[in-house]
Amino acid sequence: QHRHLLELLKRTTVHGESNSALIIGPRGSGKTALLNHVLKDLREMKQVRENLLEKPFLPGLLQTNDKVALKEITRQLQLENVVGDKVFGSFAENLAFLLEALRKGDRSSSCPILFVLDEFDLFVHHKNQTLLYNLFDISQSAQTPVTVIGLTCRQDILELLEKRVKSRFSHRQIYLMNSFDFKQYIKIFKKQLSLPAEFPDESFAQKWNNNVQHLSEDKTVQDVLQNLFHHTKDLRSLHLLLMLAVSAVTVHHPLLTAADLQEASRQHSTDSKANIVHGLSVLEICLIIAMKHLNEVYDGEPFNFQMVYNEFQKFIQRKAHSMYNFEKPVVMKAFEHLLQLELVKPLERPSARAQREYLLMKLLLDSSQIMDALQLYPNCPTDVKQWAASSLSWL
Amino acid sequence: MNTRQQSKLIYSWYGKPLNSDRKLRTSQYKGILITSESSKTETCIQLGDFILVEGVNADQPYVAQLVDLYEDGAQHKRAVVQWFCRLEEIPQNKRKLLKREISAQEVFFDQVLGYDTDIAAETIIKSIMVLPLHLGEELPIITLNKEQTFYVRQSWDGKCFKVLSPDTFSKLKEANKKRGVITNSSKAFIPSDILTPVKKEMESGVRSATKPKNADMEIESKHSTSKSSLAKERHSQRVANNDIKTPTARKKLELNSPTRSKGRLLGCEVLGLLDDACDAVAPLEPSTPKRKVKFTGEILSSPPKIPCSNDKSKSTSETAEHHQRSSDTIRLSPYTKVKDFSEKDRNLHEEDDILSLVGYQKQSSQIPVLTPRSRRTCAQKTSALIAEQISLLKSHGKLAAEEDFLSGSDSSYSSSSEEEEDDDDDVPCTPEKKTKSSRIFSTPKSSRKSAVHTPAKTLKKTPLQGTPRTPRTPRNATPEIPRRIQAAQEPGSVLEEARLRLHVSAIPESLPCREEEFQDIYNFVESKLIDGTGGCMYISGVPGTGKTATVHEVIRCLQQAAENEELPPFQFVEINGMKLTDPHQAYVQILEFLTGQKVTATHAAVLLAKLFSTPGPKRKTTVLIVDELDLLWTRKQNVMYNLFDWPTQKHSKLIILAIANTMDLPERIMMNRVASRLGLTRMSFQPYTYKQLQQIVLSRLKGVKAFEEDAVQLVSRKVAALSGDARRCLDICRRATEICEFTRQKRAPEIVRMAHVTEAIDEMFSSPYVNAIRNASLHEQIFLKAILAEFRRAGVEEATVQQIYHHYVALCRVEGLQSPTVSEVMAICSRLGACRLLLVEASSKYLHMRVRLNLSQDDVMYALREE
Repeated sequence: QHRHLLELLKRTTVHGESNSALIIGPRGSGKTALLNHVLKDLREMKQVRENLLEKPFLPGLLQTNDKVALKEITRQLQLENVVGDKVFGSFAENLAFLLEALRKGDRSSSCPILFVLDEFDLFVHHKNQTLLYNLFDISQSAQTPVTVIGLTCRQDILELLEKRVKSRFSHRQIYLMNSFDFKQYIKIFKKQLSLPAEFPDESFAQKWNNNVQHLSEDKTVQDVLQNLFHHTKDLRSLHLLLMLAVSAVTVHHPLLTAADLQEASRQHSTDSKANIVHGLSVLEICLIIAMKHLNEVYDGEPFNFQMVYNEFQKFIQRKAHSMYNFEKPVVMKAFEHLLQLELVKPLERPSARAQREYLLMKLLLDSSQIMDALQLYPNCPTDVKQWAASSLSWL
Repeated sequence: MNTRQQSKLIYSWYGKPLNSDRKLRTSQYKGILITSESSKTETCIQLGDFILVEGVNADQPYVAQLVDLYEDGAQHKRAVVQWFCRLEEIPQNKRKLLKREISAQEVFFDQVLGYDTDIAAETIIKSIMVLPLHLGEELPIITLNKEQTFYVRQSWDGKCFKVLSPDTFSKLKEANKKRGVITNSSKAFIPSDILTPVKKEMESGVRSATKPKNADMEIESKHSTSKSSLAKERHSQRVANNDIKTPTARKKLELNSPTRSKGRLLGCEVLGLLDDACDAVAPLEPSTPKRKVKFTGEILSSPPKIPCSNDKSKSTSETAEHHQRSSDTIRLSPYTKVKDFSEKDRNLHEEDDILSLVGYQKQSSQIPVLTPRSRRTCAQKTSALIAEQISLLKSHGKLAAEEDFLSGSDSSYSSSSEEEEDDDDDVPCTPEKKTKSSRIFSTPKSSRKSAVHTPAKTLKKTPLQGTPRTPRTPRNATPEIPRRIQAAQEPGSVLEEARLRLHVSAIPESLPCREEEFQDIYNFVESKLIDGTGGCMYISGVPGTGKTATVHEVIRCLQQAAENEELPPFQFVEINGMKLTDPHQAYVQILEFLTGQKVTATHAAVLLAKLFSTPGPKRKTTVLIVDELDLLWTRKQNVMYNLFDWPTQKHSKLIILAIANTMDLPERIMMNRVASRLGLTRMSFQPYTYKQLQQIVLSRLKGVKAFEEDAVQLVSRKVAALSGDARRCLDICRRATEICEFTRQKRAPEIVRMAHVTEAIDEMFSSPYVNAIRNASLHEQIFLKAILAEFRRAGVEEATVQQIYHHYVALCRVEGLQSPTVSEVMAICSRLGACRLLLVEASSKYLHMRVRLNLSQDDVMYALREE
């Protein structure tokens, strides 16, 4: 892939050949890294450097429409209608100007331009795909040599292109996949953690690197990594995990241990919603349990506050020994707190007409999550626990 | 005499009908009077006069000579004219035939047949001067009324330039003379012999020697001058102008004096003299020239005044006269005074101020300085020129030192301009350059603006300068990509050569497989061109079938034919719906192509409608290509309506070739009234068959042995089966050459084989999904399996995350893996969603988010089973 892209760019710069290509790969698979690497290599080649490769870099998230993108291109190309840092003229003028500028050049004499469109899929949604059409059209005609490179993570990007835009695209796709296996993953892990040779304190660096070597052979560490690897091959999540682990390193605790990694992995994979449940009051837990029962009885149908309150009342009257019978407004308050925490979600927007008690809601927790959370909940009254375990036993 | 009012100008016949034709009910006249209601002025235009005629572009009226005036049966005033054409009207590619620089004031005796010489008299704007010159002659200096004076040196017959034939030349000259006589005879008024030309001659040493030679003409013109100056100011201005010019032209032949410009000096000095009243002769008094020069500056610094300096010039001639009368014996012209004084000044030119002022006058005598420019710039420039002329090394050094003050960025400019000065005395530096190099940047804005205003004048003034540098304003910025430093490398091997030829941009010598369509379009346009009528044609076809290429080829052939005089000449305009930001911008672009004006969309629409609906005397047929027509669709469809309505107008001379992808576009999106105007001339480009594709590739590769026969056939079959898109076909071939190059070992000659082509095809057509799934992490794969299981259970191709989660946990238990938390599942889900393996809802719904597969279940099964 690297070679392919390098060849492609070299041809543009050296031969003045126009091209277009897409780099497609899932997030964190190193699309931008690849491009930057290739560009760095290119600059090292003397011949290319002298040709002064210009490259407007257009992140799709910033260029929300073609107008902004055009202005950015003109600014980065430093064409003559740029005054200071601003680009004047209307959208139409700018487009005509840029096209004119690009049309003027020919294969052998003008400086090749490399357009990099980051988040290419967002450009596809621009009106009429004007920018893409024009860029591809230039790359398909004998004008200024350009190379258009799009970076995207969407596999179905080609289906989003309009047919005439698609026809002008030269259908070079470079797919990046995280196709490494676990052994390579471990290697990457070692490489990421090891201190570089130019680290000032040499003895420490050596000690640290030895420790990393040990870690990579440690069974528990391998388990942690294996687990993560099974979940995702994205290297960014590995970085995140290592970051968490390394932040535990202090002066008194100079070397990374397997326990650190385990702890980090635990933090990394905790369930956020279940964590929220831990912080709730007993009343709120009771409400959630009531909702859980309702979900089981009615098989996932939505409920409203009144139903939950009734269920709660039944529990209080028949079973509860340790629970205080709360007033309805208090329960309502607790319920609204849950709403704010987004543990329950209304089906439709709250309107003025419907009373709050009768708004239809859905629980955003799975029953297994609730049970897990209850196990860990400190000082939970036993009757509440029993109630949670058996939905129908109190009848 | 009946009158007709048009924009406050009343056109009426001058004098009685000369003769009238009863049968045709026409009557001829010898002149026409144009009366302006607003300013109460009258202009009389006689037969043989040179006139400006309203044209397409308001800034560039046509130049013509009045040959005949008559009133036709319907009492319309008609005029028969002999056209002159401006440089702008000559096609760009022909201009280089001239092999010399043409000033904006130069026109060509138009011998192109086919222009309508019979025009409506109401289109006449005013009369002007056209002076015939011999080819070798240098351009005389026009000083006053630059817009109204033109020169003719050569004739233009649509193909090449010719020197004026002697009798045309003399006829033109005659026409110039005649006018003076006619006006003179009509109202007898003989002023005393006056005016600057004579004085100028005296001053320059020729004195009375030359005077008798051309006395006749001069006196005549002078007579007219003084007469008309009292009568009609417009006329007077013109004739005075004439008067001034004639001697300068003569002077030119003498070639001994740099002092030529009279009008300007006349203008400013006499104004200065007016101030002085009777202080007429004080030749060496320093105050006089100073004040005069200040006047000059004032005039210069107020550009808007110049065009409308009618009354000034009037007073000029009047005062000149007056002055002349009062000081009959003293023949010292004001100019001489200044000249003497300047001579004196030169000696003590440490006084920078005076030097530059005097210098300015000299400057104005060398090059016709009429453009409004900042005075200080001129001063700077002329001081440089003076310094040069005197060739005082010391002063030159000083100048150089002065210019060293320039900012660094401009230093290159200044040095270059300096060199130019050194090299060539006759080359005045371009004002732009000077503007840059001048130290004074006090009024960069104004100077820039004025330069923008008069680009043509700039061109005129710098005949030896190549192209004038457009000023650095956003509007006029030249769109340009920086040049590359190294030349592009030429293809080295056979494969590279092949790749170059296979690039879509490479222009093939011929378009194979589209001969029939080509012929159809060609015949259509050709017949319309010959008839001089308008028409539309709609061309459709899927992308990459050569629609645009064919149409361009047609146009190219037609242009060639037009050059060979087989067809009437035509204008070619192209717009592309995709390259417009808004459908209404189409008007702007068309108008810009046609006339070079830049206006807003609504105004452009009005102008275009006017242009196409009124009979233009000189307008050529326009061929308009509208690419990607479907994008010009608006809700009211007025853009399309207008486009297709124009050709149906009687005088439009507009041929439209509309190109789009869909065959049934007229029926599908157009309203009935638009579709009916589009007409029934349709053509559809069928997708290429594999044989055609093969032929295309082979024709491009002619002479280059790079592909195996079978390989080409495979590619074309594959593409033809899919889309018939020639672009795709060429891209695949190009990719195959690259692959071939990669895999090539040391054996030098390598041709593209089947294996390479298959690889390229696989690369382009392979579905990325299967590959993506195979490279996904274990849990992602399990998640996909869970989705499949849920789909199978529910029988619906859609499920919520919660449902999938249960299956997922179960599957994890089977696999013996740690069951993941909900958060992790959500992360997996969103990752797959980002790759668009799954289609997911907005993530705010959390567990109730619905999930769908973006590919078929079989594909997922296939991808997962292989593991």
